[in-house]
Amino acid sequence: MSLPAAAQQVLNLLQQSPSFEGRNRALLQLGNQLPSFASERRNEQDLVHGCDSQVWLRCAQQGTALHFSASSDARLIRGLLACLLLRANGLTAAELAHVDWPDWLTQLGLKQQLSPSRANGLNAVVQRVLALSRAT
Amino acid sequence: MWHNDFPALAALAARGITYLDSAATAQKPAALLLALQTYLSQGVANVHRAGYRLADEVTTAFEACRDEVATFIGAAQRDEIVFTRSATEAFNLLAYALEPQIQAGDELLLSPLEHHANLLPWQQLAARRSATLVWLPITASGHIDMTAASKLFNPRTKLLAVTQLSNVLGTVQPVRELCALAEQHGALSVVDGAQGIVHGTVDVRALGCDFYVFSAHKLYGPDGLGVLYGRHSLLSQLPPWQFGGEMVQQVSRASASFQAAPLRFEAGTPPISAVLALRASLAYLRALDRSAVAAHEAALLQHLKDGLDQRAGVRRLGDSDAALVSFVVDAVHHADLAQLLDEQGIAVRSGQHCAHPLMATLGVAGSTRVSLSLYSQDADLERFFTALDNALALLQEEPTP
Ligand SMILES: Cc1ncc(COP(=O)(O)O)c(C=O)c1O
Repeated sequence: MSLPAAAQQVLNLLQQSPSFEGRNRALLQLGNQLPSFASERRNEQDLVHGCDSQVWLRCAQQGTALHFSASSDARLIRGLLACLLLRANGLTAAELAHVDWPDWLTQLGLKQQLSPSRANGLNAVVQRVLALSRAT
Repeated sequence: MWHNDFPALAALAARGITYLDSAATAQKPAALLLALQTYLSQGVANVHRAGYRLADEVTTAFEACRDEVATFIGAAQRDEIVFTRSATEAFNLLAYALEPQIQAGDELLLSPLEHHANLLPWQQLAARRSATLVWLPITASGHIDMTAASKLFNPRTKLLAVTQLSNVLGTVQPVRELCALAEQHGALSVVDGAQGIVHGTVDVRALGCDFYVFSAHKLYGPDGLGVLYGRHSLLSQLPPWQFGGEMVQQVSRASASFQAAPLRFEAGTPPISAVLALRASLAYLRALDRSAVAAHEAALLQHLKDGLDQRAGVRRLGDSDAALVSFVVDAVHHADLAQLLDEQGIAVRSGQHCAHPLMATLGVAGSTRVSLSLYSQDADLERFFTALDNALALLQEEPTP
């Protein structure tokens, strides 16, 4: 299965800039590309528990393709969410189930960088993505 | 100076970690490691169930720690010291043991500065007894407002529960004055010394409190051990709250009679090795020149405050008097800052610090807390500031559209 174009772009961006500064600047930039929704549209049922800072996640369907969007106040967290959602968006539920998420984070060079609590937070987001995809 | 007495600091330095989270838990002095090593390698035995010499020896050493603690905090008697599993457990013990004294409509006075450990047990007690929590207002600097406080005491006030030193703001509270007010109004006073005892000499009789609580692990001691001090005349009247071995005198199939305080509050095998370890930590602390320690911590605190004040967009919460500072940065989320500091090996606390009502009072979603200890050094703060500058250079950059 080939990478979606947006995911390929995420990969290029992060692989180009492995330094502390480069990586985080890239994440901040990716944060601006996060498929997002306004804070007024946040609600309790979309809240993902287990994150250091609050994250809201939604899923919409276009045909069989799924489109996720997320909302967070923290800019770097938005960048991390973009890394996940730009990988996930446009896939079908069946395709999503086959994505190797730990491997994706490793490829992005984030695995080593994230504290265990933040990694758990991202894992909670992945679990919610999968749960939402199964529910469609 | 004293950092050589703490072996973990070299190990942390080797991993590139700067530890500035001692208010969460402190690193341990070599004296503690030695005490644990000695006890665990020379033969353990259970306490208070003697019958053979080894157990007598361990019991004697265990009980000697009770004397050490009593001396350390200025208690009048050794049997005013109860060993618990944590500060949190000590508050829960109190909230259960004091329950019969609380009636519907009674008022419990708390400050919005309280750690959840000194809030939730009272909130639950109030709910069980239909009592009311009354909040002491705080000033902009983060101190309990004594003028307002004095008006809140009335004949319904049954209990005052306040922190000596805020774990979020680092502000020292007027605990002695508050305990005096409580006494005048016939209310019990509970002081949360979890942070306070680490950064100043404590004399519970001078404070005039009825109960004083702290955790060993923040005081350079072991985890799994808390201390409850209770004024003898009160403690000896309280009912037990947990039941099991050690705390009983006689047991039949239908009923039991209980030991006097403090043993009646120590059901089951106590954390023996932790108590012996605490004894070593206290001996280590007593041998230090505590005024030199206080001067060292005060100089570090000033360095920390000055450094934060020099940085654009950084705002300290309250005006700290001791050992720790919380701050927020305009337009920067504390979680983002935490991530970038962690990547640079800086261990600080980020979030709501187990004090959600305080964060709501201050109107902030979370903050970053830097906390100091006797082993902290200026070089730690320099590394922190360098990392902070690197992080803010990224996070304060205008977002590219
Ligand atoms: C002021 C204060 N009170 C109580 C506690 C609770 O201590 P423990 O978690 O050791 O029971 C803490 C710990 O963070 C604290 O800072």
